[in-house]
Amino acid sequence: MSSQRIPTLDVTAQKLKSNARLSLKDQQLRTNMRSAMDSLISKRLISMPDEDERENLRELGNKIKARALSQLPDLLEQLESNLTKQGIQVHWASTTEEANAIVLNIAQARNAKQVIKGKSMVSEEMAMNEHLTEHGIEALESDMGEYIIQLDNEKPTHIIMPAIHKNAQQVGKLFESRLALPYTDDVDSLIQSARSILREKFFQADIGISGVNFAVAETGTLLLVENEGNGRMSTSVPPVHIAVTGIEKVVANLQDTVPLLSLLTRSALGQGITTYVNMISAPRQPDELDGPEEVHLVLLDNGRSQAFADSELRQTLNCIRCGACMNHCPVYTRIGGQAYGTVYPGPIGKIISPHLLGLENTPDHPSASSLCGACGEVCPVKIPIPALLRRLREENVKSPKQQPQIMAGQGSRYSAKERLLWKGWQYFNSQPLLYKTGTFLATRLGKFTPNKLGPWTQNHSAPKPAKHSLHELAKKHLEKKS
Amino acid sequence: MSHLYYNAAPQETRVAKPRKAPRSYPTHKPTHIYLYGTCVVDLFFPEAGMDAIHLLEREGIQVNFPQAQSCCGQPAYTSGYSQQAKDVARSQLALFTENWPVVVCSGSCAGMFREHYPDLFKDEPETLTQVNALAERTYELSEFLLKVCKVELIDQGEATQVALHTSCSARREMNTHLHARELLNQLAQVERLDHDHESECCGFGGTFSVRMPDISGAMVADKTQALQASGAQQVVSADCGCLLNINGAFEKQNIPLLGQHLASFLWQRTQAKQEPNT
Repeated sequence: MSSQRIPTLDVTAQKLKSNARLSLKDQQLRTNMRSAMDSLISKRLISMPDEDERENLRELGNKIKARALSQLPDLLEQLESNLTKQGIQVHWASTTEEANAIVLNIAQARNAKQVIKGKSMVSEEMAMNEHLTEHGIEALESDMGEYIIQLDNEKPTHIIMPAIHKNAQQVGKLFESRLALPYTDDVDSLIQSARSILREKFFQADIGISGVNFAVAETGTLLLVENEGNGRMSTSVPPVHIAVTGIEKVVANLQDTVPLLSLLTRSALGQGITTYVNMISAPRQPDELDGPEEVHLVLLDNGRSQAFADSELRQTLNCIRCGACMNHCPVYTRIGGQAYGTVYPGPIGKIISPHLLGLENTPDHPSASSLCGACGEVCPVKIPIPALLRRLREENVKSPKQQPQIMAGQGSRYSAKERLLWKGWQYFNSQPLLYKTGTFLATRLGKFTPNKLGPWTQNHSAPKPAKHSLHELAKKHLEKKS
Repeated sequence: MSHLYYNAAPQETRVAKPRKAPRSYPTHKPTHIYLYGTCVVDLFFPEAGMDAIHLLEREGIQVNFPQAQSCCGQPAYTSGYSQQAKDVARSQLALFTENWPVVVCSGSCAGMFREHYPDLFKDEPETLTQVNALAERTYELSEFLLKVCKVELIDQGEATQVALHTSCSARREMNTHLHARELLNQLAQVERLDHDHESECCGFGGTFSVRMPDISGAMVADKTQALQASGAQQVVSADCGCLLNINGAFEKQNIPLLGQHLASFLWQRTQAKQEPNT
């Protein structure tokens, strides 16, 4: 069992700023991302044209998730009990290491050599592919986007569309070099080629792995949406199906999934509903002809209970992983998903990754936002993302010793010097006489403003204070009047 | 068994704030108001503050400018220093003793008063009453001119084309992003040109612009290019934070455009031709 914790990702997550600098220079990436995100933004809007309907639905989605989270421990136990009754084996993992060990044990018990995977972001969190490969088990992605990036040894750039940063020409060249296929940039032909390769793999695989969109406690149902049919193949063809999911995916009953599904598919891709909606509630029954003999569910915590413990941060767990926040984010659109160095990129990534990896490993994530609010405006479950980013900044600059310790890595950006500067700022702005003297001096000495002012003059000319402040001008004007 | 999740103390689970109902406005123009200039206007765009005073006085309103005003506290608040922000906020709260409307020359500082002061003082019930009362009577300038003063502007200027940049706070916190448009639409000789990705942030974000200069720089470069590509002769915005960012970038990139605060633009357009701007 590996004791490492996604080392490659941890390292790059530390380097958000320098990664971003590199990504920003990649014109192809910038063009691909901009046009893809623009298209997703307009698709979402077309599928939710009525503002009242959209806003009411978002409010409903928020309340359903808030209710589910308020009963989280009970719902999880209900889920476990119902799944167990129906023959699905439930496993609990507090860390990704535990989750990987569980998956490996199941695989080794079946003497598995090949694993086929439907799309699962939790398996990315676990770095499951790497872990299985280390133990001599081949793990192959079957979602088209995941398949493409796996071929290119990359990490997903988006939680719904992992290869959205690549255009058809780039994929054509990749297939040409890795699969020895004749070059084409015709999207349908590319997909057909990959599908025919994958079709064989479904039948060879010993185990199918999937994620879960909603785990329904009342009926013990694992609900999974997808458009390619690979999810259904992964969960029904191999003799064993292992679903992996975060503990926050549980909802009370099937009724709750109806508005959530509608929000999810419309926010993600502007689709009324996905091509496939899989509902899994048991392994193959004696009178059934197909389906897996064994079904397992791995419930992963990995830092989620830290978010759960704080009523404000708990809202992070409302997320249904639609990706709308990233589609609308001006930062994500420019730097792409890989620059974040975390499994979850974009606005949701910036608020959830600090719980999964610790603030010390994601020190720049809360700051990499202008707090423009575009994400919060579209979130289908109304997570106040800008407010949570601000809150994480607060945790990030706290003294590491300050009690209570709410987050792992609290105070990773603590600097006594910076705190002192803000104290000075506070004093300056709450003493009117000092403020007026300061601005008076700034206006009179404005012409001496240096031409280089740190990072500001990287993008701007140096700002020159006006000759007279508004305080002075207004005073003169208003005194003259009276 | 799920043994993992009982460690957390049971807490109230938060439900999102309900959607804001459209704001209702006083039916009568007030006789007095407080003007909150904002620190950026104070130091870099004082003419915008003066033009706001002129516009308001033309409506027969007596403008009061509390000399003890400084900053709303937003830079510290968004940087994670809420204690420091709170102290500054407390000194600003003390300025508005009379029950007059507070008119703010920027959407983001108005948003700070209306949206974030209640959060800052949520644990101080007595101050919170005062804070909520302030939030109720805080208006962004364009909102106040249009909805409370119900101004009818008469355009005195030459034909021109302008591009309007609306701040994210005006759009998403104050819901006042359409007010500036409506005011510009009153000007007969002014054509408002759309620009690419108009609703997108200019990349300022206060300390974000210096903490993440690469990302912020990419955002403002796209914004300035879109504004230039619109073909407009002038750029107008109701938020001087954005203007500080956009103008500084125009100058750095040698783009021959300069953004102007909406107040200055409106005042200059609506003065009789014989008196050039002062």
